[in-house]
Amino acid sequence: MKIDPIHQFNIEPLFTLGHIGNQTIAFTNSSLYMLVAVAIISILMLASGTQLVPGRFQSVAEISYEFVASTIRSTAGAEGMKFFPLIFSLFMFICVSNLVGIIPYTFTVSSHLIVTAGLALLVFFTVLIYGVAKNGLKFFSIFVPHGVPGYVLPLVMFIEILSFFLRPVSHSIRLFANMLAGHIALKVFAGFVAMLGFSLGAIGWVGGVLPLALTVALYALEILVAFLQAYVFAILTCIYLNDAIHPGH
Amino acid sequence: MAESHGGAKGPATNAHTEADGGHHSGGFPPFESSTFASQLVSLAIFFVLLYVIVSKLALPRVGGAIEARQNRIEGDLAEAQTLKDQSDAALKAYESELASARTRAQAIGNESRDKANAQAEAERKTLEEQLAAKLAEAEKTIASTRTAAMSNVRGIAADAAGQIVQQLAGVVPDAASVNAAVDASLKG
Repeated sequence: MKIDPIHQFNIEPLFTLGHIGNQTIAFTNSSLYMLVAVAIISILMLASGTQLVPGRFQSVAEISYEFVASTIRSTAGAEGMKFFPLIFSLFMFICVSNLVGIIPYTFTVSSHLIVTAGLALLVFFTVLIYGVAKNGLKFFSIFVPHGVPGYVLPLVMFIEILSFFLRPVSHSIRLFANMLAGHIALKVFAGFVAMLGFSLGAIGWVGGVLPLALTVALYALEILVAFLQAYVFAILTCIYLNDAIHPGH
Repeated sequence: MAESHGGAKGPATNAHTEADGGHHSGGFPPFESSTFASQLVSLAIFFVLLYVIVSKLALPRVGGAIEARQNRIEGDLAEAQTLKDQSDAALKAYESELASARTRAQAIGNESRDKANAQAEAERKTLEEQLAAKLAEAEKTIASTRTAAMSNVRGIAADAAGQIVQQLAGVVPDAASVNAAVDASLKG
């Protein structure tokens, strides 16, 4: 019995969609779980009724709506509600795909850097394009903080510009690394249970209680992380958009 | 990550991992660049689809339901407020009406009492007048009766005196002198 915690991240092409240059574009297991996430969100938001007194299902939809809306209002102000569909889509997509991915034998979409990088770059370019379109060159005043003495200003500006362009990197790697590490840790500890049992017999099965308990605890933590990382991604998006909306701060 | 993990597990596991990795055209799946294009295309398709569903259908729908509820609650509260105002106004009107009715009732009571008093007074007065008139009449009657009786007494006394004189003296007295004598004795 070997532990292979990496196997769960394999991309398996299901069927080919076409070719771009010499690249084959396939519908993969990742695509399937993206579709599953979109389907779950659509069902939740569209099939949940619009009763005056909401049922459980409708309450979940309305709580999601209110949660994202209040997050935007508190971080980016009322003007940030322009980006409500974008942030709601990001939050729900990451949250649902993470929660689906935590079910054993499923695939986690955001455990691949290319996916989180795609989402982070989408946010980055939205901020950049909207910021310049709305504020013109004044947008770049976010690189010049107020009240900084002139002689350190070049250094501060250099750091500000660097951190601005590193935003998509940290934004994407945070989500990717959290999901990846969590799933590897879960797989390793779950694998210990089976490995101990198969290699040591009865003693091994008894000894396996410890890693099993740890797996259960980790599982609970991973459910929290799945939600929390979606929230962190959404709230960072709000904060970055706030720069584009109010560059004076 | 795969390499460091394999290293920790020892050479046997390392070989396994490498063999397994080799099956999937080498290395750690998230860094396999051959799958990037497929994943990006899928992400673009499904994220755009999700964005369209969310912005065109889902958010207007759920937001509409929340707003409708909010409006309903506000409307109900406003209606409750107007109803409360109405009932307050009605209560105030009722109280003022009651107060005015009370004063009016008092006024009517006073008026009718005064009227009754006046009427009773008037009746008493007329009754007293009638009684006084009757009394005066009765007194007059008594006086006239007495005068008549007195004049009869004079006549009777004159007759009696004339008779007595006739019996005693055998002389029929002069009527005038008898009368004068009677009058003198009556006066005396």
